[in-house]
Amino acid sequence: MGALYILLGVAVAVALALASGWLFRTLLLAVTRGESRRVIASAPLTASFGMLVILLYILIAFLAPVLAPFAERQVVGGQYLPWGSPYWLGTDNLGRDMLTRLLYGARNTVGIAFATTALAFVVGSLLGLWAAMVGGWIDQVLGRLVDALMAIPALIFSLLLLTIFGTSVVNMVLVIATIDATRVFRLARAVAQGIVVMDYIEAAKLRGEGTFRLIWRETLPNALAPLVAEFGLRFCFVFLMISALSFLGLGIQPPLADWGSMVRDNATLINFGDITPLLPAGAIALLTVAVNFVVDWQLHRASGLKE
Amino acid sequence: MSKPVLLTMQDIHIEGQAGDDWLPIIKGIDLTLHKGEVLGLIGESGAGKSTLGLAAMGFVRDGCRISGGSINFDGIDLLETGETERRALRGKRIAYVAQSAAASFNPAHRLIDQYAEAPVVHEVMSREQAEKDAVDLYRRMQLPNPGEIGFRYPHQVSGGQLQRAMTAMAMSCRPDLIVFDEPTTALDVTTQIEVLAAIRDIVAQFDTAAIYITHDLAVVAQMADRIKVLLRGDEVEEADTRTMLSAPRHDYTKTLWAVRSLARPAQPPVSGTPVVSVRNITAGYGSALVLHDVSFDIHKRRTVAVVGESGSGKSTAARVITGLLPPRSGEVMFEGKALPADYRKRSRDQLRQAQMIYQMADTALNPKLRLRELIGRPAQMYLGLQGRKLTERIRDLLRLIELEPDEYIDRLPSELSGGQKQRIGIARALAAEPRFIICDEVTSALDQIVAEGILRLLGKLQEEFDLAYMFITHDLATVKAIADEVVVMQNGRVVEAGPKDAMFEPPHDPYTELLLSSVPEMDPDWLTGLLKARAEKGLGT
Repeated sequence: MGALYILLGVAVAVALALASGWLFRTLLLAVTRGESRRVIASAPLTASFGMLVILLYILIAFLAPVLAPFAERQVVGGQYLPWGSPYWLGTDNLGRDMLTRLLYGARNTVGIAFATTALAFVVGSLLGLWAAMVGGWIDQVLGRLVDALMAIPALIFSLLLLTIFGTSVVNMVLVIATIDATRVFRLARAVAQGIVVMDYIEAAKLRGEGTFRLIWRETLPNALAPLVAEFGLRFCFVFLMISALSFLGLGIQPPLADWGSMVRDNATLINFGDITPLLPAGAIALLTVAVNFVVDWQLHRASGLKE
Repeated sequence: MSKPVLLTMQDIHIEGQAGDDWLPIIKGIDLTLHKGEVLGLIGESGAGKSTLGLAAMGFVRDGCRISGGSINFDGIDLLETGETERRALRGKRIAYVAQSAAASFNPAHRLIDQYAEAPVVHEVMSREQAEKDAVDLYRRMQLPNPGEIGFRYPHQVSGGQLQRAMTAMAMSCRPDLIVFDEPTTALDVTTQIEVLAAIRDIVAQFDTAAIYITHDLAVVAQMADRIKVLLRGDEVEEADTRTMLSAPRHDYTKTLWAVRSLARPAQPPVSGTPVVSVRNITAGYGSALVLHDVSFDIHKRRTVAVVGESGSGKSTAARVITGLLPPRSGEVMFEGKALPADYRKRSRDQLRQAQMIYQMADTALNPKLRLRELIGRPAQMYLGLQGRKLTERIRDLLRLIELEPDEYIDRLPSELSGGQKQRIGIARALAAEPRFIICDEVTSALDQIVAEGILRLLGKLQEEFDLAYMFITHDLATVKAIADEVVVMQNGRVVEAGPKDAMFEPPHDPYTELLLSSVPEMDPDWLTGLLKARAEKGLGT
């Protein structure tokens, strides 16, 4: 019987997600026109649901102070209060309002994850494309350096670096970005190696183009599809990495609200059958799914695949 | 023909998927093939030749469907019968020979293993019998060392031999019908002859019926008993080979026939400083030398055709001139002054003066850039054009290559046909306002009619802008059409050089003779005559 209810719940959730995706797309179609309208019309329901979720997260991140009923660090009542007015999702281990912390967590966790991934991509892909373009000893030096960095397990390496440089948000962003940039470098270099041997690159070289333009205009647009796909995946990993570090106490430091540390701080509740600690985990899961829906769609468009 | 009918296809309709729509590829074609008969299918790319050829096996590619008609193979309805029955026929009674044998053989298995696969699977012969049979067929296909060649891997065998091994493989179950899909298109002219002769022999020996797909009229004239001409999924006409060659009825067929008649009138000899002068170039990759002491001159308003088989060093010579491959010794002179050997050391103006047009327009144009940027970039870089002036220049260039500017300026290369892409390659070269253009096999990936348009355009532009061309090609018909002078290369050496007329008149260097005589002619008796003549001279095939 229980299994049946779970199945039913999943079915209802999927139906709701698709329906909201459909509504969102209809809304977008009503307000856009021209090229962007055509693009949106081609979006599958999963992708429009993904876009809706991402948009909601962004709104929440920006509007957290307005939406949240209490202040981020305010202790409002007893510890571990149950769900109910005025603490709609109860309170946490220190008596802070859970809903407020969740809303602020969107701002901190998502913002930092996005900044980290973006940094990793800018550095990793530009270096990867550069290495593939010029080859020779630059390629060798960068390649071996990346090999060395990749040889060390990511989590242990970041723990090590954070212990050395101290735990701060900036350090964490730099450390995770460095480690992730190695993966992006590998991918970008591999993709670009197939591109730099094309005749149009040779033509551009013979035209006398500089290295930057060769990378930026001639190679990057052709390497974009796999990089975008990787971005979606990497974003999720970075997200989980930050949450993992926070869970271990080395990531985003209290009293900043962060989903990873919220799971850790309230994990005890699980023992009592309370699902509150799963809410931040669910928020992470929902965003990763949403991002990948959108990335899948973009990838599909970029590759020009037909089903 | 008195022989019994083997294959009938009636009112065949095939559609291909494009997005959510199904577009017609074959629009109601009838086809009848008798036992032991060879039918030639010709047409431009996109005419539906390959699709129709595959449909004769009851097969369509992914994303296509047979939407109407019937296919009857020796009493079996291929569309009604199940996939299991169709699979039992394929390889056993109907076989297929693909265009690129190199891409169709599995590189991980020896030739003989792949040969034996079909007979063993279809339980025609045991493995031992199949191996013995393979040696016999390799001998009949006139492969060297028939006893051993089967134990090699595909990469250890040359392209022409591989194509013959593939034909032998198709023959392994002694099928009633073989579909040949452009089996010689990827081969050099001299190799093509060997493959054509072998295919024709073996088909006659076993009285096998064949559908021979090609876009080369002269080839089909040698191979087919009957010819069917296709145009955009429709049949244009069908007739006996001799009737078709001597009296084509339809206008489209006549234009196909007329293409080969393009010929450039002889130009007066020129003196003075050549635009480009290649002096005693020796060059190579690593320790291997590819070019040995190569020299030739290219004058203003003249076209020098560099001819030879693949591997003869034609393209390497172009790489030396452009500076991509600095030579070991010798130098390249531009209007009397030596050019730096490495393109990175050349000035922007030196780079501008020599442009290049590539064989594969698909890989030579950045697929993510719009025509505006593809063509505009050289004008912007070299001539410093900006804003409205730049747009005006791009529009002029598009008009020069006979494309309507308003319609095309913001397109991506993927939104163009093969011939249009090659025109963009030309426009990009012209945008730099060069004195000299290297054309590397620019027409060999194109259909004859499209290629003719490109050649005419190049000729017109040469007159207009006083260009000097170096034209790399392996097709002697193209040489006749555009060249003033010819340089024949073999194994990295120039074996003969001189004005075009002298080249096509005897006496020849033996290699030039071989090249010239290997170009198929429209006469259906040409191959037979050639083989006879070569056998008498002891030249062999």
